[in-house]
Amino acid sequence: MTKSHEELPLTPISDTPSTVNLTGLWRVVRPVVDKEKCKKCTICWKFCPDAVIRLVDGVPVIDLDYCKGCGICAFECPAKCIKMVKEGEQ
Amino acid sequence: MVMTGNYASAYGAKLSRAEVIAAYPITPQTSIVEKLAEFVTSGELNAKYIPVESEHSAMAACIAAETAGARTYTATSSHGLTLMHEVLMWASGARLPIVMTNVSRAMAPPWSVWVDHMDSIAQRDTGWLQFFCQSNQEVLDTIIMAYKICESRRVMLPAMIIEDAFILSHTSEPVDVPEQNLVDSFLPPYAPEFKIEVGKARGFGSLVKPDQYMEFRYKDMLAMKEARERILAVEKEFKHVFGRSHGGLLEHYMCDDADVVLVTAGSVAGTAKDVVDALRAKGSRVGLARIRAFRPFPHEELRALGSKVEGMAVLDRSYTFGAAGAMFSEAKASLYSCPKRPVMKNYIAGLGGRDITPKILGKIFEDIAVVAKRGVEDEVEWVDVAGLPRRWR
Repeated sequence: MTKSHEELPLTPISDTPSTVNLTGLWRVVRPVVDKEKCKKCTICWKFCPDAVIRLVDGVPVIDLDYCKGCGICAFECPAKCIKMVKEGEQ
Repeated sequence: MVMTGNYASAYGAKLSRAEVIAAYPITPQTSIVEKLAEFVTSGELNAKYIPVESEHSAMAACIAAETAGARTYTATSSHGLTLMHEVLMWASGARLPIVMTNVSRAMAPPWSVWVDHMDSIAQRDTGWLQFFCQSNQEVLDTIIMAYKICESRRVMLPAMIIEDAFILSHTSEPVDVPEQNLVDSFLPPYAPEFKIEVGKARGFGSLVKPDQYMEFRYKDMLAMKEARERILAVEKEFKHVFGRSHGGLLEHYMCDDADVVLVTAGSVAGTAKDVVDALRAKGSRVGLARIRAFRPFPHEELRALGSKVEGMAVLDRSYTFGAAGAMFSEAKASLYSCPKRPVMKNYIAGLGGRDITPKILGKIFEDIAVVAKRGVEDEVEWVDVAGLPRRWR
């Protein structure tokens, strides 16, 4: 609903943090981690520009609600254990 | 006290009880932030002083501090100001009443550290209030007034206090430094309507879609309109408390019965007042109108003045390439809708710190008197440029 200028606050402030926006919907390709091949170097975790990678025992777990599929993790992974797979494909 | 314009700025910020100061040094602003650092170290000013790595960061830090509800101050000059450009728009768009001194200095190349208004004029569309000062006293007073104007609920916009490089920044003049309790009675602590609060997660500066963006800009426009009224009201109150004022948006000097007037801004207005006195003593009916607030622009005042005079000379200490001096263009645009309007001419002078002498100003008054009768041929004239006819010396 469009609000009149008088109803709007002085500055755009939303009552919810930006985490309500599930940017995972933007994704065209999805990172898939081969946990066996992972060397636990944490480089993917350091490079992720959206900070959507969590480490569980040193192995990346990627939050697909927010991952935009940029592929930086796959590009940087020295063990080549992250593959980018087109959404809708296995 | 006898002090430079830079110390007047520092005292202005101290008396206003700025709570966060984030600044990066640059000639000729440095002594402002050095003095403030001294005040903070000695405990005379209870503020957080944040040394940063650039002017862009200085403004970003001020934006964050102001969003958290602190009264903030910074100072810069020329290339520092233009580096801030992006975040200047953030400060106004987010409606943060930050006050900043800009020691107005020419842009490079060629390198110059001297007075010129190019840096300030280049920021005119950033949504900041802009005050051009004539004296060190005005610098100190305007900082205090600016906080009061900008922090009022219906304004909530930032303000730039413009000091001419060296002519004000490094020249000592007697300045009345008001008592702290008097300033406290005039300027209450900053109490914003909205701020970052611990434990309350919110998004600041969030995305709005095309269906709501214009409404926010419309609100900024209304705020700038309101600022006009607040400048006049706050200055009236300031005069009541401190016994002096500086002329509202457009200061008039001997304009009442003037045939021709000079319109200008900044420290050159002081010299021009002496020239007006000298010419008046010889019987010429001349006056001076000083643009004190460039944003909001004194449209109404200029229209009222323009409808009374035959000639109006506008002296710009900067130039907008491909157009004319900005003050001239805007003054001329203001007057277009007046049924009776004067002949107008733009004089570009004093760039990169070149002196605008009483002799040059006298000749501008002579020239505009002639032009007012005969009509204007060359609408924009560069004054005192080597290689051009040396009629100004």
